[in-house]
Amino acid sequence: MIVDSASAFDVRTYLRQEMMPHFLCPGCGHGIALRALLWAVYELGLDKDKLAVVSGIGCAGRLSAYIDANTFHVTHGRPLAYATGLALARPDLHVVVITGDGDCLAIGGNHLIHACRRNLKLTCLMLNNEVYGMTGGQVSPTTSETRLTTTTPLGNSEPNFDACTLAAAAGASFVGREVTHHVPKLKQLIRAGLEHPGFAFIEVLSDCTEIFGRKNELGSSAEMVLRQKSELRPSAYRDTVDSPFRSSDLPTGILTKTERPEYGAAYRTAAAAQRARLAASTDQNKGRT
Amino acid sequence: MLKQIEGSRAVAEAVALCRPEVICAYPISPQTHIVEALGEMCRTGALPGCEFINVESEFAAMSVAIGASAAGARSYTATASQGLLFMAEAVFNASGLGLPIVMTVANRAIGAPINIWNDHSDSMSMRDCGWIQLFAETNQEALDLHIQAFRLAEELSLPVMVCMDGFILTHAVERVDMPSLEQVRAFLPPYVPRQVLDPAEPVSIGAMVGPEAFMEVRYLAHAKQIQALGLIPEFAADFRKTFGRDSGGLVRAYRCDDAETIVVALGSVVGTIQDVVDEMREGGVKIGVLAIKSFRPFPLVEVREILQHARRVVVLEKTLAVGIGGVMSMNVRMALTQVALKGYTVIAGLGGRPITKASLHRLFADAHADRLEHLTFLDLDRKVVERVLDRERETRRSGPIAENILRDLGVVAARI
Repeated sequence: MIVDSASAFDVRTYLRQEMMPHFLCPGCGHGIALRALLWAVYELGLDKDKLAVVSGIGCAGRLSAYIDANTFHVTHGRPLAYATGLALARPDLHVVVITGDGDCLAIGGNHLIHACRRNLKLTCLMLNNEVYGMTGGQVSPTTSETRLTTTTPLGNSEPNFDACTLAAAAGASFVGREVTHHVPKLKQLIRAGLEHPGFAFIEVLSDCTEIFGRKNELGSSAEMVLRQKSELRPSAYRDTVDSPFRSSDLPTGILTKTERPEYGAAYRTAAAAQRARLAASTDQNKGRT
Repeated sequence: MLKQIEGSRAVAEAVALCRPEVICAYPISPQTHIVEALGEMCRTGALPGCEFINVESEFAAMSVAIGASAAGARSYTATASQGLLFMAEAVFNASGLGLPIVMTVANRAIGAPINIWNDHSDSMSMRDCGWIQLFAETNQEALDLHIQAFRLAEELSLPVMVCMDGFILTHAVERVDMPSLEQVRAFLPPYVPRQVLDPAEPVSIGAMVGPEAFMEVRYLAHAKQIQALGLIPEFAADFRKTFGRDSGGLVRAYRCDDAETIVVALGSVVGTIQDVVDEMREGGVKIGVLAIKSFRPFPLVEVREILQHARRVVVLEKTLAVGIGGVMSMNVRMALTQVALKGYTVIAGLGGRPITKASLHRLFADAHADRLEHLTFLDLDRKVVERVLDRERETRRSGPIAENILRDLGVVAARI
């Protein structure tokens, strides 16, 4: 059941008002994703002081600056690596990573698979708009085949990633996908991710109206959002549905959820056991002398 | 042919005329327009016989360029700032292997704090990695240097970095004289690799070398740069013959002959300094400017010959060697071994701070009267600095410096 707390939730209490106006383009889906994240934080009653948001470089990377919490804007592709250190050092914090398709799957792809493998408690929101928006619209690892970008002027000819399949294959214990069209469902998914006791990878299909949309003549933001589950999903997801007969049936929601030991807890338990062993052997040695 | 185009476009067209066979691209401002234009040329057939690869990072960009170059392809990439730092391991590898890759660096500051604007910190961080480093003053020179760079790289089997000021040059629309393909062909012979991965004649590239030979291999890298000191002016002269204009070379001295004060600088700021020099000359001040065109190899002899007759040298640089002062100053001092001369280092324009004629007038007047500190930060706001230091004295947990300063100044990141 989706709890409708929308009327009580005031996003402004979670934003740094002094940072407004924000820099996102009109029609960009990233603001919707940001709102959904903060709404989930509100519903879970998380203390803002216990929330740490780490973000990389790109349009998605800029979002952390707008959140009134502990925020860390880091180098391109590395937010998961920075967040790993942060989460290990401060297990009491809720660590959220906001990243984009280029940041997470291209320059930082290595960190993603290792974060999935390790299963440290982190919530990773990857906002997928199929393009490097901030630098003006270059091809990214999720750009659908045949789509136009500034570096694929005759259409992209490279196969693209299905990020959720990749994360699941790399061992992520929680994988989910949602579109910015369904805000309450997106909030619900992020909420489940925040509650998951391990690494949660959430892909948000967002829209880049100004750059990707214009270049590919995809219409207004509203039109793009309405088609997110049909023909505007990345081409890598084509095989996952009965296209074209059930074209709106893009798998969304929680796609993978498994129980695996959380790395931070497992590490602390192992470290404590090792310390106990060392202490015991020191005591034994003392007894001999 | 005269054209009124953006600097990035001019460089892209010049690179295309050199007929590279592999181009690697990863977006980073302010370089992106160059590879975008080349991507378009590859796909539309304007640049035939070239593979354009959209790679997953700068590290991959340089690695792919190395692979392509080792296979005998004329290879090119472009980057800036964090991108250059991220590819650093491969940058050293390219020069260590002696592969003639040409790379444009659209000079930009290095974070943290994140800053996309121009200074020279990026290419200066790679100054000793074995690449030849050429600095362009204008868009025309940036264009011309790329043509010379391919010839120089392939002649020496060494990679060449062409550095041009981000935004100031890359995004400025200026008139340039674009050569024809025939002219470029006449100047740049086809690439004949010294080493190539060829199944017909197998070799192994990338040997592990121990103490028995490592020094010699490294010395040869230096010896090649010394060879470049001869080739750079030779190719610049040849370039003049083919294209009818002066571009490149090791250094360019402007009104230095009788100068008592000589300013040494790199890149696009030389034009502004030249204007100030002209204005001060009208007021009877004997001042000149020496533009360094080739930073690696560093032209010690030429710099010494020009500077030794002056009374003082002001090195104006867009890089801060944190903990000592200037990067270029240290190189200039090396050129001035045993020459008695007053020396000033001026750090200017970091992170895109404008270097204005008004500030330069004051600065050079102070230098000319020997009233300048030996290390000066042009237009540094001391009040802002003091406020941070006060805060740090008052409280242990004073917070992140950059954010505090933005707050003090009343600016927020969204508006920068």
